[in-house]
Amino acid sequence: MNIVVIASLVPDLVEELEIGPNGTALDTAWLRMVINEFDDHAIEQAILLKEKNNAHVTVLAIDQDGIDEVLYTAAAKDANRLVKLVGEFEEGFNSHALARAFAEAIKDFAPDLILIGVQAHTNIDGAVGPLLASMLNMPYVGYISGVNLTDGAATIRKEYPGGLIGEMKVNLPAVLGIQASEQPPRYVAVSKVRQAMKTATIDEQDVAVLDQSGGLAVSRMFKPEVTGGATMITGSEDEIAAKLVDLFKEIGAL
Amino acid sequence: MNQDVYVVIEHLQGKVAEISYIMLAAARQLAQVSGGKVVGVLLGQGAQALGNGLGADSVLYVDHASLAEFNPDAYLSALSELLAERQPRTVFLGSTTIGSDIAGGLSIRLNAPLISQCQQVNAEGGRLTIVSKICGGKIMAETELPGTLTLVTMIPGGYPPEAGQGGGASIEMVAAPSLDDLRVTLSGYIEPEAADVDLEKEPFIVAVGRGIQTQDNIELAQTLADLLGGVVAGSRPIVDQGWLPTSRLVGKSGKQVKAKLYLTLGISGAPEHIEGITGSETIIAINSDPNAPIFGVAKYGVNKDLFDLIDPLIEKVQAAKG
Amino acid sequence: MSYNTIKSIVALLAILVSFGIFGWRCYQFLWLNLRRGQPSGNFGRWGERIKGLFVFVAAQFRLFRFRLPGIAHFFIFWGFLTLSLTILQAILEGLLAFANPYFILPFFGEFGPLALLQDLLAVCVMIAVGYGLVMRLFINPERYKGSHKNQGVMVLSFIFTIMFSLVVMNGIRLNLGTDPVTSQWRPVSNLVGSLLAGLEHGTQEIIEQVAYWIHLGVVLVFLTELPTGKHFHVVTSVPAVLLRNLEPAGKLPAAPEFDGNAGVSKVEQFRWRQMLDFYTCTECGRCQDVCPAYNSGLPLSPKLLIMGLRDNLTERGYALRAGAKNSILEKQLVGDVLAEKVIWSCTTCYACDQECPLFIEHVTPIVDMRRHLVIDGRMDSELQDALSNLGRYGNSFGQSDRMRARWTQPIEPKIKDARREEVEYLWFVGDYASYSPTLTEITRATAKVFQSANVDFGIMYEAERNAGNDVRRAGEEGLFEMLTEKNLAALGKSKYQRIVTTDPHTYNTLKNEYQFDGDGHPDILHYTELLDQLIASGKLKFSKKLDYAVTYHDPCYLGRYNGVYDAPRRVIEATGCKLVEMPRNRDCALCCGAGGGRIWMAEGEVKERPSESRIREAVKLGVKCLVVACPKDVTMYRDAVKTTGFEEQLVVKDIIELVDEALGMPVTKTEIESS
Repeated sequence: MNIVVIASLVPDLVEELEIGPNGTALDTAWLRMVINEFDDHAIEQAILLKEKNNAHVTVLAIDQDGIDEVLYTAAAKDANRLVKLVGEFEEGFNSHALARAFAEAIKDFAPDLILIGVQAHTNIDGAVGPLLASMLNMPYVGYISGVNLTDGAATIRKEYPGGLIGEMKVNLPAVLGIQASEQPPRYVAVSKVRQAMKTATIDEQDVAVLDQSGGLAVSRMFKPEVTGGATMITGSEDEIAAKLVDLFKEIGAL
Repeated sequence: MNQDVYVVIEHLQGKVAEISYIMLAAARQLAQVSGGKVVGVLLGQGAQALGNGLGADSVLYVDHASLAEFNPDAYLSALSELLAERQPRTVFLGSTTIGSDIAGGLSIRLNAPLISQCQQVNAEGGRLTIVSKICGGKIMAETELPGTLTLVTMIPGGYPPEAGQGGGASIEMVAAPSLDDLRVTLSGYIEPEAADVDLEKEPFIVAVGRGIQTQDNIELAQTLADLLGGVVAGSRPIVDQGWLPTSRLVGKSGKQVKAKLYLTLGISGAPEHIEGITGSETIIAINSDPNAPIFGVAKYGVNKDLFDLIDPLIEKVQAAKG
Repeated sequence: MSYNTIKSIVALLAILVSFGIFGWRCYQFLWLNLRRGQPSGNFGRWGERIKGLFVFVAAQFRLFRFRLPGIAHFFIFWGFLTLSLTILQAILEGLLAFANPYFILPFFGEFGPLALLQDLLAVCVMIAVGYGLVMRLFINPERYKGSHKNQGVMVLSFIFTIMFSLVVMNGIRLNLGTDPVTSQWRPVSNLVGSLLAGLEHGTQEIIEQVAYWIHLGVVLVFLTELPTGKHFHVVTSVPAVLLRNLEPAGKLPAAPEFDGNAGVSKVEQFRWRQMLDFYTCTECGRCQDVCPAYNSGLPLSPKLLIMGLRDNLTERGYALRAGAKNSILEKQLVGDVLAEKVIWSCTTCYACDQECPLFIEHVTPIVDMRRHLVIDGRMDSELQDALSNLGRYGNSFGQSDRMRARWTQPIEPKIKDARREEVEYLWFVGDYASYSPTLTEITRATAKVFQSANVDFGIMYEAERNAGNDVRRAGEEGLFEMLTEKNLAALGKSKYQRIVTTDPHTYNTLKNEYQFDGDGHPDILHYTELLDQLIASGKLKFSKKLDYAVTYHDPCYLGRYNGVYDAPRRVIEATGCKLVEMPRNRDCALCCGAGGGRIWMAEGEVKERPSESRIREAVKLGVKCLVVACPKDVTMYRDAVKTTGFEEQLVVKDIIELVDEALGMPVTKTEIESS
């Protein structure tokens, strides 16, 4: 059983996000990049499947500042192989470009299953998973919170609103968009990651050109107006608490 | 060139999803500028009646057993054939567990650009743009809408569903393609467990997010909820950790609540959570981050550390109850 | 065959069997088992070590922290030592009976003053033992819970019997005239003998021999029993005290190079010196008595921990030597022998190590076991989150490192950036003081006070990271290393002469564990030490004399770990406040419960939080204010005041708030009602 899991970094929302000087992209000076939470779940799900089904797990990523640590952390969790796509990426990449780059690389891996986070919060031209699946002519199901592997197929749990779950059977090979792994991503001790940095190797593969077609250029990026939003209640904690109590009474909760 | 605006209607277990009406409202705005009609695209089995009540000019209906409930493989095949033939100017899909599964595939098969996370269509000065909400709701990105087939996935928040309701649309049957050899089959649905609490019926909800920091602190929210005769709910991270059962999840994958009072403690306001609360009458948000997106949606906001506020608040509520 | 020949033969056999069993058990436990242990490094500083033998063994120094039990044990110990010569007498008397039935130990058996001492000590021992029996059978204090009561009672009875039979023997010998020492040197034996003097000569001889056999027999049985339980300390206490850890308490031993496994997952992976500790435990329970975790209802008892490790070491020793597959070997150290919850309950407050009369280390084995649990990912999700945040953001709050110095914004003049400008004092602010909204006011007040005293200070702004003290004690050694590397790099780029910090945990690790290259280890001060110096030199002058009656809580990492007790007290008194000591003060102070990473973990089932117990203790004093000197104490105690409902009676203030008020222009708002 050959599993490929794809991971990318996204801007950490803990930081303040600023718009860059030309007004069409984020200001990279203020960005701290962090692993896309859903990709983290995808890696965890892959490791769980490796533990259950004795699978081989390859972690695939595109070169970004800080991606090496993500790959080594995955190795510390027991991933078998690490692959990084390298090239000239000054213009950045959108989901379509990423999907094409990954599709090209994956052709040589002959995977049975590809796991990827269901979305990334920077997506403007859709998520990578569905695009990738179509390029590889594989089926795609997203918003997945449970995966079980049987002969040549995956039984998955797909999330619908209201807590409803849809159970589906997907023929392999397939691409699955992970919403949540069956258990929260495990903690890996720093010592283990540092050891992986010494013992694991990252295979680098060249990407010829990033083809962004399918995604459109952003003409303007801006921060949403907060005015017209909430009426802010100010004062000392006691004063605020008193005003809230008045509101509660108005609403009928008191 | 076909200037029609298509909306892929989402339905689940026999009910049309609210996002469909929201998309129809957006499509209406777009069509008014571009010319062309608003066309609903309905896939299902014996589901024609769902076409009534849609604010569309006409409805294309494809009937097939494999389309009865959502199946990404089947929907993708059926839609790509239909859209390739008709080449509308714009196709709206929900940015949902249904629409997002197939939008990408359509983009590749139809060789059409895709814009996701659309909240609003802008038509200023005759120039059509799509405004998307990204980065956890902190950033807006505006993209020009091309004149040829473009796919757009939509999130709620830009239009009231009522604006997309209507009736009297003509329903045109479209032949289904052969949907043999599907690679995905739906085995069935698993209903959420009957829970002690049905959030959708609760009038007063105290919701906790990452800002509550520890599972033990949820007690504070419980105390407040008890005093107000309400219940405790949580955002995704809280439920993923197991600090609250899934029956208490509010948001895209959880409950969409219509509370009289929705009080949030330490919730930043990611779009997935906002999707679950916009139906509530009064949202009061407490968050120590002045830029938290939740303040854009709440009626009242308090920019304080919840741990400094919660004790005086509980005290005063207790005193008010006498 | 005559009686005396039989006596010699029986004595020889009994002694061989008893010494044999004793020797065999010592060999298995102290040699074979300890040999599996990891190296324990060089010892050195022998002068200090030998002095320790006098203070802690001869003078039984730590035992007197519990007054009466200390006195009782003092006599049992000295009685045992002094009377060991009588045991030698009994052994030789038995072995040589066939040649000399009236054998007396040369010189020592004939020396009158020694005989007197022995007689009096025998009585003291019997009284002490009587006290011990009363304690175990009737009073039964909490600290005995879990100790082997029956074993304790049995051994006390043995000792009593040994003493009593000795006195009977001596008394009869005085009667029969076979004692070279005259009766005025043995008043007690003489008294007992006089009660039997009316009996026939032959009867007395029989009683004498019966007493002899009881005496020798119980000694030999006791000897075989010695290695199997708490009385092994008779053998192990001297090497334990001699080889005790002389490094600063706040310096954990370095972890060996990571090779895929860290910490201890099997008991034989401990260092042999730690194993010696396990065999030294007397089950006295003093550690249990002072443990904040145990007393709050959590499952950790330091005593039961050491006993569990000891028993596991013994049984695994047997099982490993037996070679065959054994269910004992399948038992997981953390999981089966000790529950995970036990290991995570510890706040690393050091009260147990401080209290133990034999210097047994409880904290280091716990940290060793935690190191392994961390590698295995076996910890609660809240601790995982905190460690992830510490790894990613350098603070446990999950906030951006850019926000670390946000508290400085309203301060005028702007606080110097120590990375760019040379300063005298580099203020290592710490996570809680920087990020916690509850503490912002106090941190600002500290800056203001420094400025009023014209202290030349600066901070490292966003280059500062959590110092790592509690990360290390939570067992995440790799993360600790990473944090120290980053901090040392930032410190290396800064120009300063001394470091001052408001957080005792930061203080501890910077002082004891950080390796500064180059110019050597800079002076590390806690801010109370700095304030003390400023007041003493006149640089900080108070315009207002506060007249509050206050009490003070000694932070664990400032007091017990680093001995800083007086500086904070001088500062409090300098502000004019009257200090009323907590009943548990200085090295007996009860931990607030936040240390060892506990503040990052799920609380668990507690009956009464240690912080709540401290608040009740403070309230009973009648003071209106509890003064603290650690940001975590501020957080813990302010919460506890609310949960115990004492908001009207007690206010919690940081020392800096008193200083600020005494300077005449307070920043902070919480008020104390004047008493």
